[in-house]
Amino acid sequence: MEYIIIIISAIFVNNIVLAQFLGICPFLGVSNKTETAFGMGASVLFVMTLATIVTFLVHTYVLIPLNLAYLQTISFILIIAALVQMLEIILKKVSPTLYQALGIFLPLITTNCAVLGVAILVFQKNFGLTESVVFAVSSAIGFTLALVIFSGIREQLALADVPKGMKGIPIALVTAGILALAFMGFAGLV
Amino acid sequence: MNQVNNFTKGFLKENPILVLLLGACPTLAVTSSAVNGLGMGLATTFVLFMSNVFISMIKGFVPDKVRIPAFIVVIASFVTIVDLLMQGYTPALSKQLGIFIPLIVVNCIVLGRAEAFAAKNNVLSSMIDGLGMGLGFTMALVILGGIREILGAGSIFGFKFIAESADGILVFILAPGAFITLGFLIAILKKINKSS
Repeated sequence: MEYIIIIISAIFVNNIVLAQFLGICPFLGVSNKTETAFGMGASVLFVMTLATIVTFLVHTYVLIPLNLAYLQTISFILIIAALVQMLEIILKKVSPTLYQALGIFLPLITTNCAVLGVAILVFQKNFGLTESVVFAVSSAIGFTLALVIFSGIREQLALADVPKGMKGIPIALVTAGILALAFMGFAGLV
Repeated sequence: MNQVNNFTKGFLKENPILVLLLGACPTLAVTSSAVNGLGMGLATTFVLFMSNVFISMIKGFVPDKVRIPAFIVVIASFVTIVDLLMQGYTPALSKQLGIFIPLIVVNCIVLGRAEAFAAKNNVLSSMIDGLGMGLGFTMALVILGGIREILGAGSIFGFKFIAESADGILVFILAPGAFITLGFLIAILKKINKSS
């Protein structure tokens, strides 16, 4: 039951992009086509889950016993950067097709604040390992959901007659605002 | 003259948020009030200034291949310093800004300036560039936070100017208001930059 609450809350109620503002850069950057939105979402799912597991273990079994909790930020960002590098090398060797699909998004993910954000959030929420994994997976699904919906709207928006000054980023942001408004309808669900 | 330009470009011509759209996450998340915007802006300015100075000092020793990881470590160290200082001296603000303080590490402005400016210029120029960019970022955050606070809560810097029992237009302090306000601000600045 409590896992279901975590899942629904992370995907809909506290959507990582539209309610918590994590990962706005890729949200605005790679949301022109639905196809690329799916690719980015899948890469984030992959990296976020893996990063959360590794950072959780490092924090609990290395940093806390050694009284080094203040090194959290530095160690987490290095772990994520190293993980992304490693993943890129492994994918290239093991599954070239998957690498073709995700390859271009991987380097971008290091600076995706959603990954580091989720890794830090699980400690603020006092989650255990299983809960953290569930939270990371559902956050990534929420990220993908927002990205895919938004890219669908933007594909339509490209054909719309937008006032000159609002073209490009401004209208995209206003659209995102309306999307966030729609997601607020889920508030109170959990 | 050159240094003056270097300093002022961060405010309008190359404003990190309103023109370059770097660092959108903290911008949208913490600007529910002008004070929060100011706090976040100054924290980022400190990190930007210090990391710019430090990186322009060490740029000669760092091999090109490990440049980015080295820069990230420098930035993360300064972020940790700010985080600890704010937890100690301004605990209320630190709690309000929450995870967005450690997330300054992945704020694209900081690494962006390190890579695009500090890695190529001398210490003094980098110092001025960091300060200008940081204050430009702060200015944008305060404007955005101010507008949202005025419309959403009917107050400015915590001082309420509408009736005590009245509410503002709540949507502006909630998530959707952030997107919408920033969208219109960018459109306005585009217009200003074009006409000048």
